[in-house]
Amino acid sequence: MRFLLIPLLCLTFSLTAAAIGVDKDRLSDPEQEARAQSIMKQLRCLVCQNQSIVESDAGLAVDLRGIVREQVKAGQSDRQILHFMTSRYGDWVLLQPPFKAATLLLWLGPLFLLLIGGYFVFRYVRQKPTTVLTEPLTADEEKRLQQILRENDT
Amino acid sequence: MIAELGHYFTVLALGLAILQAVFPLIGAARQDGRMMIIGRPAAYGQFMFSLAAFIALTYSYIVSDFSVAVVARNSHSLKPLLYKISGVWGNHEGSILLWVMFLALFGAMVAYFGRNLPKTLQARVLAIQAMIGVGFYLFMLLTSNPFDRLATVPFEGNGLNPLLQDPGLAFHPPFLYLGYVGLSVAFSFAIAALIEGRVDPAWARWVRPWTLLAWVFLTIGIVLGSWWAYYELGWGGWWGWDPVENASFMPWLVATALLHSAIVVEKRDTLKSWTVLLAIIAFSFSLLGTFIVRSGIITSVHAFATDPERGMFILMFLALVIGGSFLLFALRADKLQAGGMFAPISRESGLVINNLFLSVAAAVVLYGTLHPLLSDAIFGVKSSVGAPFFNLVFGFLMIPLVMIMGLGVHLKWKRADIKGLLQRLKVITGLSLLAVVMTLYITYGGEIMPAIWMGLGVWLLLSMFQELGSRIKLGQVPLSNSLRRLTRQPRSSWGMSLGHLGFAVGLIGIIATSSWGLEQQKVMRIGDSMAIGDYVLTLDDVVPVAGPNYSAVRGIITVQPKSGPSFVALPESRTYISSPMTTTEGSVKTTMTGDLFIVIGDAQSSGRWGVRVYYKPMQVWLWIGATIMVIGGMISLSDRRYRIGSPQGKKKNAKLTAAKETKGSAAHAV
Repeated sequence: MRFLLIPLLCLTFSLTAAAIGVDKDRLSDPEQEARAQSIMKQLRCLVCQNQSIVESDAGLAVDLRGIVREQVKAGQSDRQILHFMTSRYGDWVLLQPPFKAATLLLWLGPLFLLLIGGYFVFRYVRQKPTTVLTEPLTADEEKRLQQILRENDT
Repeated sequence: MIAELGHYFTVLALGLAILQAVFPLIGAARQDGRMMIIGRPAAYGQFMFSLAAFIALTYSYIVSDFSVAVVARNSHSLKPLLYKISGVWGNHEGSILLWVMFLALFGAMVAYFGRNLPKTLQARVLAIQAMIGVGFYLFMLLTSNPFDRLATVPFEGNGLNPLLQDPGLAFHPPFLYLGYVGLSVAFSFAIAALIEGRVDPAWARWVRPWTLLAWVFLTIGIVLGSWWAYYELGWGGWWGWDPVENASFMPWLVATALLHSAIVVEKRDTLKSWTVLLAIIAFSFSLLGTFIVRSGIITSVHAFATDPERGMFILMFLALVIGGSFLLFALRADKLQAGGMFAPISRESGLVINNLFLSVAAAVVLYGTLHPLLSDAIFGVKSSVGAPFFNLVFGFLMIPLVMIMGLGVHLKWKRADIKGLLQRLKVITGLSLLAVVMTLYITYGGEIMPAIWMGLGVWLLLSMFQELGSRIKLGQVPLSNSLRRLTRQPRSSWGMSLGHLGFAVGLIGIIATSSWGLEQQKVMRIGDSMAIGDYVLTLDDVVPVAGPNYSAVRGIITVQPKSGPSFVALPESRTYISSPMTTTEGSVKTTMTGDLFIVIGDAQSSGRWGVRVYYKPMQVWLWIGATIMVIGGMISLSDRRYRIGSPQGKKKNAKLTAAKETKGSAAHAV
């Protein structure tokens, strides 16, 4: 499904030696490295198509990974690091958009839709019948029905 | 010559589509049988000509006729035959031809299998099917003709992107398109019903198999794409909430809702206007998906400007089809009278709530996909909506959906007893709580949410088994009796059971692989080792390998599991000769408990290689679950009711069936 993006990716990919996103300088503390990884997953590779910087070989992604690791090592909190990134690149760098006026519809839309839809569903299932629904079965049909039901039970 | 013939066939198909769109519609309005009857042969003819056009284009690809512009742009004389053929639909022009050929195919199928439909209904359905076709033929001929020739013929074609030279991806677009186009039938039925002002159980009985067929194809298409992304892209991901993926997921969500709401129309003669609306929305999403992906508008607003002619046509066509059908719906929906009533707690209510959540889910995906576009166009603010957002919001929507699914299958039509049901579900609920505790124990120190999810997945799975058990009265009657009941279940019931079971299995896989996946990476020298989970990997050697149109480095890696024999993994990194591009051929060792996925990169300085390895717990459950769902859909399609040539149910029988269901005895069939 990403097949259309691939040609675009090829243009933006810089084919560096580490073509699979393996960095030489990982943090020695596994806990810190894990935290760095989870932060990286939230950051968009700005020159790629809808990829996080973890999944990209673009030069920018490699650089950003380095910055995240540096800051984690320097003891910055997740919040501070994300803030640093948005002050540099804007909200675009965040794969999960922040909650603010411009994204109000995005975040509250689902809830709003559920409430509206829920109201209609509630009204719908509570409504009273307005028309006679079915004609009663004729005697023949009733007999056949009983016969079918008996067959079903055996 | 062949390409010109193809062009000519396309024009002929357009002509027949116009006939098919006009005469049956007038005929149906005037009750003129001679005019209505034109629809059928026109549909056959239209299909034959569009198929001939498609064959002509395929031929141009097979013989590598580079005087045809699209062939020169997308093919290469040295490509294997399979990829020469798959190249036909690997580009905008060819894919539109494939689309419209499928559309004509479905039109011809409606003409053939719908011979015992009411005459006016069939005439109208065929006419609407043809109208969509006219739009597509015009789009193709006016803005994206696949048969255009080049003035100067190149000696060699540009070739196909190496990543796309893969069997999984070769068949991904055709299945996806069969799904998209299959939904056109439900759409045509919906519009025809609005024109007629009548929706009844017979209508729903007609719409359901077509929707199911489209759903099966759509599911296959999506899963093939996801599977390809998993093993070919080499990032260990199978779903990235990419706009292109979302474009196929939205129609799937709505088609799933439609499948369920059509059941209510068929069984209970109610929920009609909603079902008609869903059919319209499902196909609108298909059109949106097709065009949005192909026009590139999602990647950037500016892509539209590069080809304004195409863009304008697409916008006008979408506005006409979607706007027109919504207008018709607004004008005519009140003609559709609601029939049977039901209590707030009943199978019907369960299906309505299922529809609510599926629709909201589709709306979330739609808005999430379009938000960056709108934000850029309206506010001039660049913003991203990526996987973290979708995972979060979708997760919340899925919890109630899974619960309603597990409960809903047990509910009786019209009025159900929720207290009794909860009582009966006590045992499996207890077992699921146990699963939560066990998961917390195994993943000690981990997060709580995945464990709750795991419990929910287990609960759903058990609930489906319990439903099957209660249907065959397991434990209530002698075992032999139960087994006899099991073999006598109608295929549509099997379809329902397998469809839901497959979902539960896939869900468990999704929960495990996305919650407890491991990842390690290291720059290795020969002889180096690294550990991941219960495995230790040693890089024994790296050797060069020559392929037909690529050269590669192959890592020879010995993997030693904590228990059991070691094995050798051979991941490759390939560099293609025709286009300077590197792809990874990861080595995947699949077991029921998890996949070990090893990727090797290019050589780095002084004999070192980057190696990345993933452990994806229960990844294969996802593929197995999806396969079970597809098989369930197919079995349901083969149900006696839908089989070709089976006489239409007599009115009396239908009434009897309905009466039977009020007693709640045969209420479980889907």
